[in-house]
Amino acid sequence: MAAVRTSSEVTFNRIAIVVVLLVTIIFLAPIYWIASTAFKPRNLATTIPPTVVFQPEISPFVKLFTKRSQMRNPPTPEEYAAAPWWERVVFDGGEKIVRDGKGEVQWSGYPSRFMNSLIVAITSTVLAVGMGTFTAYGFSRFRVKGEADLLFFILSTRMLPPVVVAIPMFLMYRAVGLNDSHLGLIILYTAFNLSFSVWLMKGFIDEIPKEYEEAALVDGYTRMEAFFKIVLPEAATGIAATAVFCFITAWNEYAFALIMTNRRAQTAPPFIPSQVGSGLPDWTVIAAGTFLFLLPVAIFTFLLRNHLLRGMSFGAIRK
Amino acid sequence: MATTMITTLDRSSRAAARGLSDISIRNLFIIPTILFLIVFNIFPLIYSLGYSFTDFRASTNAPANFVGLQNYRDLLNDPYVWSNFAITAKYVIISVAGQLFVGFGVAMLLNRDIPLKGFITTLLLLPMMLSMAVVGLFWKLLYDPSWGVINYALGLGNFEWLADPRMALYAVALTDIWMWSPFVMLLSLAGLSAVPKHLYEAAAIDRAGPFYTFFRITLPLVAPILMIAVIFRTMEAFKTFDLAYILTSQPTAELISIRLYKMAFQEWQTGRSCAMAYIVLIMVLAITNIYVKYLNKVKER
Repeated sequence: MAAVRTSSEVTFNRIAIVVVLLVTIIFLAPIYWIASTAFKPRNLATTIPPTVVFQPEISPFVKLFTKRSQMRNPPTPEEYAAAPWWERVVFDGGEKIVRDGKGEVQWSGYPSRFMNSLIVAITSTVLAVGMGTFTAYGFSRFRVKGEADLLFFILSTRMLPPVVVAIPMFLMYRAVGLNDSHLGLIILYTAFNLSFSVWLMKGFIDEIPKEYEEAALVDGYTRMEAFFKIVLPEAATGIAATAVFCFITAWNEYAFALIMTNRRAQTAPPFIPSQVGSGLPDWTVIAAGTFLFLLPVAIFTFLLRNHLLRGMSFGAIRK
Repeated sequence: MATTMITTLDRSSRAAARGLSDISIRNLFIIPTILFLIVFNIFPLIYSLGYSFTDFRASTNAPANFVGLQNYRDLLNDPYVWSNFAITAKYVIISVAGQLFVGFGVAMLLNRDIPLKGFITTLLLLPMMLSMAVVGLFWKLLYDPSWGVINYALGLGNFEWLADPRMALYAVALTDIWMWSPFVMLLSLAGLSAVPKHLYEAAAIDRAGPFYTFFRITLPLVAPILMIAVIFRTMEAFKTFDLAYILTSQPTAELISIRLYKMAFQEWQTGRSCAMAYIVLIMVLAITNIYVKYLNKVKER
């Protein structure tokens, strides 16, 4: 009897493993498809049946970063020989890279949008985590009147739908000239991430024994010194995890960026979809832009894997 | 013990006398954050509350006229707005139910000794970390009727996902299920791994069948954490904007956030959109309130 049960359990385990592997493949397929399309020649991006095996190309990335124009005639052998390697890959598609009068390569809109994303995400992360850590320490170590209500207030500011907040912010920014500016987006993302950072950091600081600081206070440290020299180093992992979460949120944010920016301060998330205009979009270029944009988040996800649960539940569930 | 406590307090207060007092440090640490959130989150909402009683249009220079509760009355009597709410409710139910089913199902399967378990779990979590707008855009290619991979893989021929008014909402929900099932899976795994092993051993000794074990042991113990996942996802699905806005412009898939966006930034009915924003706001705060109460309850356990 027992033996029968064991063998059926083994079979069930095997089936479970196979199903898990299948599910993993299905879940990763869209991401794999983005990555592989980013290295395809244009004519293989939309084929039936879909192209899986192909000679990888770098041309989508060259196209992503440059402005190009159609060529009437194929390049002469001299032109071909004079062109740098990254320009030759574009020739095959009957295009050439646009240069200004001085022969400088004209960049596409992508690099500046990517830079904007970096500037806005990094600055707002530093601000949100910085302020959040101080505030979390305040809530964790001192008695605060109406603490539960204040924490609920802080959390609720994060729960508002972006469009609801965006309408008045748009009007106010327009009045003070913060529309389409880095500073405007940085303020919005800092406010958005601050609540998250307070909640998550409070959990991390709660875990640091109070005795550490008390011992330092006994040794004649001031409260400030104890905070900077004892608590901050102890909370380093928590600060790093919180920072990565804030960065990813700001990096991925779409609605505020769509409404508040259009050119100068536009970040990558509203820019990438705007490339799909009318007509047939070049999906290899879109995939290349998407691939580069997703890469930092994919790397961070692996670095963060042990803190994901905690971050995604606002620090409610610790592991 | 008592004496050490007293000396601790005594010495620390002496040290504190050199620096800032605890109360001023507390205020210094907390007040700037609260002020920042009031200025950039609460003040705008008060600002828009004022506009919600006017016929203001941000696209013109015409002064705003006070219209009282007219905007609220019009919105609540507008059948289109009600249909937007109905679409949103349908979307929330489909996508949260789908995520619960897939996420909890995969967690049940993963909750055993599997080679490379940690690595597989991390891979499965990848979709939810990515940008909804950017990845959503790529699903357009996957859903494409003529060369989309999905139709090819499922042998559906030229099946219309996003251009068919009856399918569009389901297609958006399907992408959402792909993105957020990992979230439910992550929480479920935490819940499942916390179920004490001896309960299963006891059930095995009593020769309890797998169904009995699942419904009497696993499910009740995982339920609170599943509930957190459901409330959290409900709230997020209710707010969905990016994915639906990028994927389709079908009126049958016009969620409440999209209606609000169009009203405010395409039709420039600023006053009315502020009123609409308030209606949505009150609903979200109600769900948030339930969520936080539940979180605190679970934390106490």
